[in-house]
Amino acid sequence: MDLDPVLLSRLQFAWVIGWHILLPAFTVGCASFIALLEGLHFFTKKDVYLRTSNFWIKIFSVAFGIGVVSGIVMPFQFGTNWSRYSDAVSNVLAPLFAYEGLTAFFLEAAFLGVLLFGRKLVPAGAHFFSAVMVALGTLFSSFWILAANSWMQTPSGYQVSDGRFFPSDWVAVIFNPSFPYRLAHTVVGFYVTTAFVVVAVGAYLIRRQPSAPEGRTMFSMAFWLLTVLVPLQILIGDQHGLNTLEHQPAKLAAIEAHWETSNDVPLVLFALPDNATASNRFTIAIPHLGSLVLTHSLDGTVKGLKDFSPDQWPPVAIPFFAFRLMVAVGFVMLGLVVGSLWLRGRGRLFESRLFLRACLWAGPLGFIAVLAGWTTTEVGRQPWIVYGLMRTADAVPPSLTGFDVLLSFLGYAIVYLIVFPAGAIIMARIVRKGPGDVTIGQSPVESGRPSRPITVQLQVSGDA
Amino acid sequence: MDIILSFVPVWTIIIAVGIFLYVLLDGFDLGVGILYGFEPDLRSRNIVMNSIAPVWDGNETWLVLGGVALLAAFPLAFAIIIPALYFPVLVMLLALVFRGVAFDFRFRDTENKTFWDHGFFYGSATAAFAQGVMLGAFIQGFKVEGRVFTGTSFDFLTPFSVLTGIALMFGYALLGAGWLILKTEGDIEARARRRGRLCLLGVVVSMAIVSIWTPLMNANVSHRWFSWPNILFLAPVPIAAAAVAFGVWRALTGASQSGTFVGAVGLFVLAYLGIAISLWPFIVPHTFTLWEAASSNSTQAFLLVGTLFLLPVILVYTSWSYWVFRGKVRADIGYH
Repeated sequence: MDLDPVLLSRLQFAWVIGWHILLPAFTVGCASFIALLEGLHFFTKKDVYLRTSNFWIKIFSVAFGIGVVSGIVMPFQFGTNWSRYSDAVSNVLAPLFAYEGLTAFFLEAAFLGVLLFGRKLVPAGAHFFSAVMVALGTLFSSFWILAANSWMQTPSGYQVSDGRFFPSDWVAVIFNPSFPYRLAHTVVGFYVTTAFVVVAVGAYLIRRQPSAPEGRTMFSMAFWLLTVLVPLQILIGDQHGLNTLEHQPAKLAAIEAHWETSNDVPLVLFALPDNATASNRFTIAIPHLGSLVLTHSLDGTVKGLKDFSPDQWPPVAIPFFAFRLMVAVGFVMLGLVVGSLWLRGRGRLFESRLFLRACLWAGPLGFIAVLAGWTTTEVGRQPWIVYGLMRTADAVPPSLTGFDVLLSFLGYAIVYLIVFPAGAIIMARIVRKGPGDVTIGQSPVESGRPSRPITVQLQVSGDA
Repeated sequence: MDIILSFVPVWTIIIAVGIFLYVLLDGFDLGVGILYGFEPDLRSRNIVMNSIAPVWDGNETWLVLGGVALLAAFPLAFAIIIPALYFPVLVMLLALVFRGVAFDFRFRDTENKTFWDHGFFYGSATAAFAQGVMLGAFIQGFKVEGRVFTGTSFDFLTPFSVLTGIALMFGYALLGAGWLILKTEGDIEARARRRGRLCLLGVVVSMAIVSIWTPLMNANVSHRWFSWPNILFLAPVPIAAAAVAFGVWRALTGASQSGTFVGAVGLFVLAYLGIAISLWPFIVPHTFTLWEAASSNSTQAFLLVGTLFLLPVILVYTSWSYWVFRGKVRADIGYH
């Protein structure tokens, strides 16, 4: 068998970033939620906010721990598997990654210690401040990473010399054409993802103990947020689409499986696109609607893939289906938001068993949408690593053999398949214990006081 | 090349300091992870782990900063060195994943506590070893043609790099012992002092072997150290190392609280200095100098503006978080 280091490196990268992205998708929103709860507690002094916050801080600490270690893997991928890409683009992109480290990583790491372990060691105001700093850190992180990713999609502010990219205008590099749309779409997506996790956990707690206030508090707060964000996200997504049409027409054509350029394109609801024959099979489409949705005009021209040479086509089926999955999830979310408004209006938000059960199942929706959206944008960029300028195939180090990558990929596969499910189980266990069990302050083990009841119990089981 | 306003010396200092801070900070907590494996009971393991729980991820952040700052300031070095170290980097990263999640998982996943205990110990030990191997491979140099590494992904593995791998494990464990002497008391502190002596012995022996082996491997290095009058100016480095090692021994066997940690830091400074003297001015050893591997002036300037402002801020709030968790970790009353 012939092992292709490029393909295997792409699969490895998809694997490590696919798992990693689940964590920022949750921790960015969760950090803000905790900061909000800490603020509410700080100003109102109500215990329910403190208990809810402590509960989410525990979950957050597990997710953040996995996020940090899987995040450390990412920059090294650029060197181990994409070194020629690193050599070519780092004059432009590396400062953005470095600024992420400087503004975000340190902020998060230093204040996280205080947030997790310091409630009794620092004044309440400093603890609240730490929560805000951690939340801010996650947002800075998103800013820089998406600036870098957007530049790979819609490069600007550079000049090329000897096949390497050099900066000519930093503002244009950072605020490249797709950046504002991508940043807004991603961060709102992260908040929505967290909100659906909170909704699911809230629904679980309400079903188990309807009288406890923590579940109701988080359930209600999260749905208010979603009422604003889900419609907003659909609007941003639409604007993002217009931007893609303008700057990455081949990607858009792939997403919509359009082969022929036309000013009266149908909206393809379902099809089996085939790169080999440059056509779709089993098409279900609504005439005229494509031009309206994609260009906001009934006779807007949409370029087809046949306008580009076949060696510049992405593998059409992947972005096509990933995009449809993302949109479908978006409409399910919208349905749940409408349902929540209707129930809230009748004063039955916490009472409908059916709705609570639906919310329980909705917990992973955001993650599905994030992964599908990310697949759409990244696979849609292929065969380019820097859109239109540098091919993915030219980015791997010449020293790398397919066997090397196979070995490392196996390593990542095994380790991630142990660590991520274990983390999910541990978080589920915290949810099952519920916020009621949390005494005010922190549990003994976590504040560095090991000989209290929990540890005594651990000691018995540990030494047995 | 535009030499009128070169930021290369500034970036050399920033990256040298950044990497050194990483070695020191993650060094002591990796070392604590290594010693953790030898703690006999649950109570002392809990205390040992709690002594670094609030600070470890801040320490590890320096690794990311060192990596991306190298990418930004000396991209050619990054693009050659990292693929050449493909497997040690891989092993280090996977080991760091295990030890990183152990902090959370161990306390919350009681059925599998032994598994996460092992993950923490073996993860720390393996990461330390892998970093030492990288150091050894780096000192030996890489096969380069044009702007790319042309050796194989297994070139890193030599007797010399295995030796430096073991040496760094001893070095980190010595730092870890110094940290535990500072942060703990009673039997844990006593054990840290005992094991610290063994680690010191390992450090001294391996430093001596590396110091002899490196100039034997490379004529330039040997010329740098042993030609006249260099030998006169450079002789204080090994002499100081011997003196500091003696001081650490005294601190370990005496009652000094901070002497071991400070002395271990001193040994790292001197070893670092020794390597820098051997390789200067190359960043890809024997192939590319710092200036040849540097990124464009615009890149270095753009990042420098923010770094000079942000680095002091980071150092302030990092120190603050260390201050919050100051003092000994005690089983009965926690931090104070």
